Amino acid sequence: MKSIIFRFTAPYLSVLMLVFSVFVLLRGHNEPGGGFIGGLIAASAFAIYGIAAGVASVRRALTFHPMAIAASGLVLAVLSGVLSLPLGDRFLTAQWAFPKIFGEELALSTPLFFDIGVYLVVTGAITSIALALEERDHD
Amino acid sequence: MTATDTGPLFLVLLFPLLAAALAPLLTSALGHRAAWPLALAPAAAFAIVAANGGGVSAGQPLLFGFDWIPSLGIRFSFRLDGLSFAFALLVTGIGAAVVLYAGGYLKGHPGQGRFFSFILMFMAAMVGLVLADDLMTLLVYWELTSITSFLLIGFDHERERARRGAIQALVITGGGGLALMAGLILIRWATGLSSMSEILGSGEALRQSAYYVPVLALILVAAFTKSAQVPFHVWLPNAMEAPTPVSAYLHSATMVKAGVYLLMRLNPALGDTAAWETILPLFGGATLITGALLALAQTDMKLILAYTTVASLGLMIMLIGAGSETAVEGAVLYLLAHALFKGGLFMVAGSVDHGAGTRDLTALGGLRRAMPITFAAALLGALSMGGLPPFFGFLAKEETYSGLAGLDTRALILTGVAVAGNALMFSAAFLVALKPFLGKQPETIHHPHEGPVLLWIGPMTLGLVGLVAALGASFTHHVVSSPMASAVMGEAVDIHAVIAFHWGVPLMLSLLTVGLGIALYLAAGPVRAVLQKAVTGVGWGPDRGFDQAMGGLVRLAFSVTRWLQSGRLDFYMTTVFVIVAAALLLPMIAFGGLPTVPGVPALEFYEWTVLFMAAAGVILVLITRNRLTAIVSLGVQGFGVALLFMFMGAPDLSFTQFMVETLSVVILALVMTRLRVAVDDHRPWIQVVPDATIAVAAGAGFGLLLLAVTQMPFNAALSDFFIRHSYAIAHGHNIVNVIIVDFRGIDTMGEIGVVMVTGLAILALIRIRVGRRAPAMPDPTETTP
Repeated sequence: MKSIIFRFTAPYLSVLMLVFSVFVLLRGHNEPGGGFIGGLIAASAFAIYGIAAGVASVRRALTFHPMAIAASGLVLAVLSGVLSLPLGDRFLTAQWAFPKIFGEELALSTPLFFDIGVYLVVTGAITSIALALEERDHD
Repeated sequence: MTATDTGPLFLVLLFPLLAAALAPLLTSALGHRAAWPLALAPAAAFAIVAANGGGVSAGQPLLFGFDWIPSLGIRFSFRLDGLSFAFALLVTGIGAAVVLYAGGYLKGHPGQGRFFSFILMFMAAMVGLVLADDLMTLLVYWELTSITSFLLIGFDHERERARRGAIQALVITGGGGLALMAGLILIRWATGLSSMSEILGSGEALRQSAYYVPVLALILVAAFTKSAQVPFHVWLPNAMEAPTPVSAYLHSATMVKAGVYLLMRLNPALGDTAAWETILPLFGGATLITGALLALAQTDMKLILAYTTVASLGLMIMLIGAGSETAVEGAVLYLLAHALFKGGLFMVAGSVDHGAGTRDLTALGGLRRAMPITFAAALLGALSMGGLPPFFGFLAKEETYSGLAGLDTRALILTGVAVAGNALMFSAAFLVALKPFLGKQPETIHHPHEGPVLLWIGPMTLGLVGLVAALGASFTHHVVSSPMASAVMGEAVDIHAVIAFHWGVPLMLSLLTVGLGIALYLAAGPVRAVLQKAVTGVGWGPDRGFDQAMGGLVRLAFSVTRWLQSGRLDFYMTTVFVIVAAALLLPMIAFGGLPTVPGVPALEFYEWTVLFMAAAGVILVLITRNRLTAIVSLGVQGFGVALLFMFMGAPDLSFTQFMVETLSVVILALVMTRLRVAVDDHRPWIQVVPDATIAVAAGAGFGLLLLAVTQMPFNAALSDFFIRHSYAIAHGHNIVNVIIVDFRGIDTMGEIGVVMVTGLAILALIRIRVGRRAPAMPDPTETTP
């Protein structure tokens, strides 16, 4: 990418988008948002970073192969469903806990982890497609 | 039917399986000596079966089992009566001998543990098959014998011929298995009978059924394929590619008799009709003569024995269908005799191969000094096979002749066929048992030697059992033969045949058989030359037919695949969109589901603006020639729709739509650069018009469907449920998200699975580079000889 402005701003933009994607993911249960849309935002962030700085640096920054990230998301989603089995409920029955941390009530639930799994699958799958398309002559 | 004796009889089914699991470990620890402990499993099973002989010979069948799929009325149940008792004894008894023999025969072979495992698995399947009572249990075990037989024939899987033999056996017996499944289901459907016990107790139900003919046809196809009747016999000689213990066990003593077993089992329910008494003798007789003639055309000892096995199976089928009680008794006695002598003779052939290095009769001779024990075992087998006194084969032949002989045309033909077949088999028996051992030893054989004890204990035991069983004939009949014949006839039968001189028609026929047999033996060379000339003269046979059928199947598959999978993206897209358009439009037009045309809605000014923006995007896509402009214009249209969603109060949907549109534009642009297509779209009108027609049709289909859906009366039950329960039980205010991750979580799980798999598929597609393709698959039709 030749545009210097784009190359300069893309990393900041990507970071902002990633932070925003997590924000969207976490607020999803009560406000517009959720794992799917969050994942799409994160994937766009990686795609933009890839266009600006090259695929190799994205892969280096990610450490894991995007497909491995997607697979771990699928595993996380399944595990969050399995958790209800030993508790005597059927597969994927939501489990909730409201522990108090520093006086704040924190809403932890299996649907939250399920949604994080969705987020990871969407991020990983779309990013791996986008990156594979971006790197052209060398891989 | 609920009386379940879960006692030691279940162990008969379990012991071989346990031994199969242990076999690889034991073999790696003990080498070929693992045969001794492994043979304990069938021996113990034999003992358990034998211990139940008292009740069986009293005519009291033992039922045991448990419910398997209660909702379908399928049980995992077994029946020990005279027939299954005799078969179970053969399978476990000969099984023990074969395991020992395999220990000697495959000594030092790197795959010996695997071999033990396979053959014990087969044993478990075969025991289950002969004991099965419930029809589905029977079917499962029937198929298991086909599969284990496939594994055993293809044991030496690096040889082309072994693989071909294995596939051929699997295709033919597996096809028969399908026929059996259809037949058994038809029996259940037409009569409601679900087990052998019920069928045997049903009297005329099956014969009177309107579906008697199709049931009979299907059962016969199953039995004839498994028991190698003409024209399905080809797989049996080709199965001789298996190691000799397999030939001795599966392809003479046990598995090939499964078809005979099935017909014997169903004789009380299906037999005694004109069709039964015509088809069985016809096919059986043809198989007897074909098999016996082809046997004499061979020089390989194993092939001679294989073809005589085909002939023997034909004889048994013929006897079952002959229609007289004595003939059935003959079939029963012949089956017992055959299992003993043929199993032993196969092992002898393997021992000769082992000791002298060849099985070719023309290259063998004079081994009597070097291999005396094998010679003795061969003689024991051949004397019984030739039907000479005082061996069990003699009893079988006498009973056969007294069951067939008569003065009407049918009896004369059947008797003639039996005498001819037996005479041919007589000469084949002594060709195998005398030719390698008598005469002068050819110089091509170096250091012939007797095998170790593991190699001769099996054939020796089987030969001696054939002798002892005949000498103590009244005991044998009381314990095994009579209960077996009773089960086949469906009424109490007593067999009286003993080794004693009694003048009569059977004895004269026996003398005729022996005389003819000796003549054929002496003229073996010329007879073989004539037969081989005839075989090559005919040229085409079912074996070549099998290759042609398989080749045709592969070619058909190739052409269908080539037609469906052209590899052209535009062809795929056209197919998909034509079908989408048809699926959307045709039902609406055919069933009058077209929506009424709505009036112009009252929209706000900004809503009109956005609508106009979306429409402008679409129009730009249509008129522009530049592909990149088209992609971006499509994105404009998408953003317009996303804005509309926002106005209509669907922020989640709108949000997602924005992201999807953004990513679509990016990815489409990347794909464009990667495909290296021209910047502009230069399709001629001849292509544009059909493409546009399909696009308009698909778009109109979607539009009309959506209009029709919104014109349906709205059922708020689900919406109300989600609104009421979203926060109350799922702690979430965003109903859309709660539905996705909680209420319909399993749908989402499926969807992310699809996303994952699609991603992998796209990744694999992108990685394909032109010129770096995988090597083309070899055409399987070319590799078969």
